[in-house]
Amino acid sequence: MVNLRINNRELAVAEGSTILEAARTNNIKIPTLCHYPDLGIQSDCRICVVEIEGQKGLATSCSTIVRDGMVVKTNSPRVLNARKTITELILANHDANCTACPKNLSCELQSLANKLGIDENRFQSVLTLSPLDEGNPALIRNPNRCIKCGRCVDVCKNIQGVGVLELMGRSHHLKIVPAFDHCLSDLFCTYCGQCAAVCPVGAITEKDDTDIVWRALNHHDKHVIVQVAPAIRVSLAEEANMNPGTVCTGKIVTALKLLGFDQVFDTDFTADLTIIEEGNELIHRLTSGGVLPMMTSCCPGWINFAEQHYPEILPHISSCKSPQQMFGALAKTYYAEKMGLEPANVFVVSIMPCTAKKYEAGRKEMRANEDLPDVDVVLTTRELGKMLRQMGIDFANLAETPFDDPFGITTGAAAIFGASGGVMEAALRTVYEVVNGEPLTNLDFTDVRGLDGVKETVVKLAEKPYRFAVANNLKNARLMAEAVKAGTSPYAFIEVMCCPGGCIGGGGQPYGTITKTRLDRIKATYQVDAAMPIRKSHENPAIAKLYQEYLDRPLGEQSHNLLHTHYHARRGKPNN
Amino acid sequence: MIEMRLVSKRCGIINPLSIDDYQKADGYETFRKALARDKIKLIEEIEKSALRGRGGAGFPVHLKIMGLAKETGPVKYVICNADEGEPGNFKDRYLMENDPHAIIEGMLITAYMASATKGFIYIRGEYNHAYNTLEWAIAEARRLKLLGDAILDTEFSFDIELRSGGGSYVCGEEFALIESIEGKPGRTRVKPPFPTQKGLYGLPTLINNVETFATIPLIIKMGGKAYARIGTKSSTGTKLISLSGNVNEKGVFEIPFGVTIRQVIEELGHGVANGRKLKMVQLGGACGPIIPEYMLDMMIDFERFEEFESKTGAGAIIVIDDRFDIFDILMNVVGFFEHESCGKCTPCREGHQQLRIILQKFIDKTAGVKDLVSLESLARVMHQTSLCGLGQTSPTAIISTLRYFRDDYIDRMDSLIL
Ligand SMILES: Cc1cc2nc3c(=O)[nH]c(=O)nc-3n(C[C@H](O)[C@H](O)[C@H](O)COP(=O)(O)O)c2cc1C
Ligand code: SF4
Ligand code: SF4
Ligand code: SF4
Repeated sequence: MVNLRINNRELAVAEGSTILEAARTNNIKIPTLCHYPDLGIQSDCRICVVEIEGQKGLATSCSTIVRDGMVVKTNSPRVLNARKTITELILANHDANCTACPKNLSCELQSLANKLGIDENRFQSVLTLSPLDEGNPALIRNPNRCIKCGRCVDVCKNIQGVGVLELMGRSHHLKIVPAFDHCLSDLFCTYCGQCAAVCPVGAITEKDDTDIVWRALNHHDKHVIVQVAPAIRVSLAEEANMNPGTVCTGKIVTALKLLGFDQVFDTDFTADLTIIEEGNELIHRLTSGGVLPMMTSCCPGWINFAEQHYPEILPHISSCKSPQQMFGALAKTYYAEKMGLEPANVFVVSIMPCTAKKYEAGRKEMRANEDLPDVDVVLTTRELGKMLRQMGIDFANLAETPFDDPFGITTGAAAIFGASGGVMEAALRTVYEVVNGEPLTNLDFTDVRGLDGVKETVVKLAEKPYRFAVANNLKNARLMAEAVKAGTSPYAFIEVMCCPGGCIGGGGQPYGTITKTRLDRIKATYQVDAAMPIRKSHENPAIAKLYQEYLDRPLGEQSHNLLHTHYHARRGKPNN
Repeated sequence: MIEMRLVSKRCGIINPLSIDDYQKADGYETFRKALARDKIKLIEEIEKSALRGRGGAGFPVHLKIMGLAKETGPVKYVICNADEGEPGNFKDRYLMENDPHAIIEGMLITAYMASATKGFIYIRGEYNHAYNTLEWAIAEARRLKLLGDAILDTEFSFDIELRSGGGSYVCGEEFALIESIEGKPGRTRVKPPFPTQKGLYGLPTLINNVETFATIPLIIKMGGKAYARIGTKSSTGTKLISLSGNVNEKGVFEIPFGVTIRQVIEELGHGVANGRKLKMVQLGGACGPIIPEYMLDMMIDFERFEEFESKTGAGAIIVIDDRFDIFDILMNVVGFFEHESCGKCTPCREGHQQLRIILQKFIDKTAGVKDLVSLESLARVMHQTSLCGLGQTSPTAIISTLRYFRDDYIDRMDSLIL
């Protein structure tokens, strides 16, 4: 332990802590801007400066390690003046048109300026407006709002291992740009949205599609239906200031009905369908000498990454569409027929934790009817939160409503799709029982749960042990892909989720997602699973009915047409 | 005569391209002898000499060498900082062009003391002649087995690679320099870890200035104690001074610490050129304080310079006569740093353009009291909060003129503006 004094309080803190950590664990508040709990220390913004006795300049508390006998002041006049001055400098080069900004009221710069009591800026505005980078379906970069904190660069390079964003230029010409000042769509951006998730201001945000949805909802000829991804039920509550990990499934359905959707469906249903198709594909590959290891395909960020960086391994990726797209395909065929509707009049909205899903929905391969996208609009969790606020819906106090049929019955296996390892666990529950013809004694494959980067388990199928792995985030996906490419991967089947922790940590999830938030959402996810009456996809009676009525059999012709897809190398331009 | 040529004693005397000349002037003798001596004892000599870094910050040299020596691991680097990008400084160039082997010898002794394996000399991009001179000197030293594997048939191996600078001033900052050698844009890193812990390619690295390395053979030769008797108590030894501006005799001079600025200007520089009156002197380079005539009797000494909270220790003296106005100089200085800021941290990235905007108001005689206050406050905040030495020291000229030339500011204010 190290003993030090902060603001006249004697404290004992763990050795190696920073002043910031020491202060925060003792409930002493030091404002920060570039600092983000799960990322590296940038120490760029200089907002967190403090005064240390015996030291001439001010020190950044985020990067200064505590020493025995240190005397620190976090709020001296000198410190407060410095913070205020730095904030004014930032504001003088920032497009501070707050009411027009998607981050209004959740912006860290705005709240800092407010806390510091900045009313007028002593410095003249030096902002010169630059064009926006909005030539892609998922994300908008607004350089005029960027405060050069470096978080997005760090997350893209060091967490995701993609490295699209970099610092370019120097002095006040410094910009954060996709390499060589390209647009995101020119480069190997996966649209994972992790950069948008950590941006403290409104400089990288998802493309806001709420207007299109409002228009559809007010359009009389449109039958507007919505699907809700597994990860939303453990996160949307945060948009209404409830605790992370609050399960709010029934409230979501009620809320969506209040917004005016004609039918509210559960993507969990097509997650179960994915397991049936993908499980059968795996069994087929294992028994017929197919390409192994097989890799999952439900994460569009991962698909983008693989198509751009590892075209060689595309044959390893399951041909199954993602649950979102399986839903879309069924909605514009099976469901439209069943309801006696023109496919063109069925408007499909998805609520997803993900920005890459916006890109996926626009892919040409994702059309059961020519020129008609299967999924019309994808909204992130945050965008849905915005719509709820626009309508003044008191989310916390809503009653609960079940999902609509015919996609109403789902299983615990589908519910865990939202957490890293969940798809693998769901697949193993089914593949084990189908291949071995005996019931599993324990449904919980805990080895593949949690936040570790690479997780592994061994399962015997027809007496033979096979290795299964889960890659959590793109950096680990790269490791897997390298081994697959080199032919040295020891696994039969690999799950890849692009975002840290899986979809519960997706790029479209409520702001402020840190490790603790991820853990809370994961815990809630497995609680949902444990509480389900059916926990294996192959036991879902509604799925069996769907095959009877429409699809015939897994991997059959109808499935092939509607539920499977193909990938292509996209060296250079992911947007083609 | 106030000059005392110790480090520069061979400059202009020997042929810098001849290793024989250098050896005839006792060159490499100290290194040869050092190879037989205990490493810790050698570092103790440096400690006794109280040598402080000559690149500006004046950090005790033995602490860094000791720091590197303590690091274990098979690869450790020694880097000679020859970026010398600051206007008004040219003494490193003088040493490189006139006595390259002294620098190599200093690096060799340092590497031996700290068991380092590989050296780099990072030379300012524009210094072609210095580069070529050192390139030749390194080849010569290799030829005589003074560099390379198993130097002079001992177990000690060390070689030096030359790197031409990335062209920006900030690359002289130690971490920016390391990033630049690694092939990245020159931007500093957060400390800790310090370079001696995690430097070039994440490995222990020692960085010192050209003059610092050139001084090391001298200290080992004459003994730390004897060296410490030269100069003043807080600043031992001699210092190379780059004298420039409106003086009759510009150039590099070596003086013992303790000599006054006036002595340098009058005795070595032969006074202000063209019989003009001296208006001000900038010390250290663009990042140093600007002082008025009445302060010229100040001793050249780290401790005195530290009062300006600036790295004035690189040893530039820029004489400015009465044809100039402080704002001419300040706009130049601010413009220089505005261009050279790496942009990583807020105060430096955003601060310089605001300093410039406010200074322009003084030039236009449209400044009010508020501008004076904002200027002073901004300059101080930049000084106190910038991440690296560039932003910490660039406002020094403003801070010092606000102190010593306040009337010049007041004269330029519009009394009707608040
Ligand atoms: C912006 C900036 C530029 C610098 N440029 C140089 C330089 O050109 N040469 C140099 O020796 N030190 C320079 N320094 C100081 C170095 O960071 C470092 O302190 C020095 O090389 C250490 O050597 P010394 O202890 O021998 O002085 C610079 C520092 C800063 C902040
Ligand atoms: S969306 Fe993902 S891949 Fe693209 S820039 Fe952001 S973090 Fe990088
Ligand atoms: S885009 Fe956002 S996260 Fe990236 S540097 Fe700018 S402000 Fe920071
Ligand atoms: S002080 Fe200036 S040069 Fe140094 S890190 Fe900050 S922006 Fe870069």
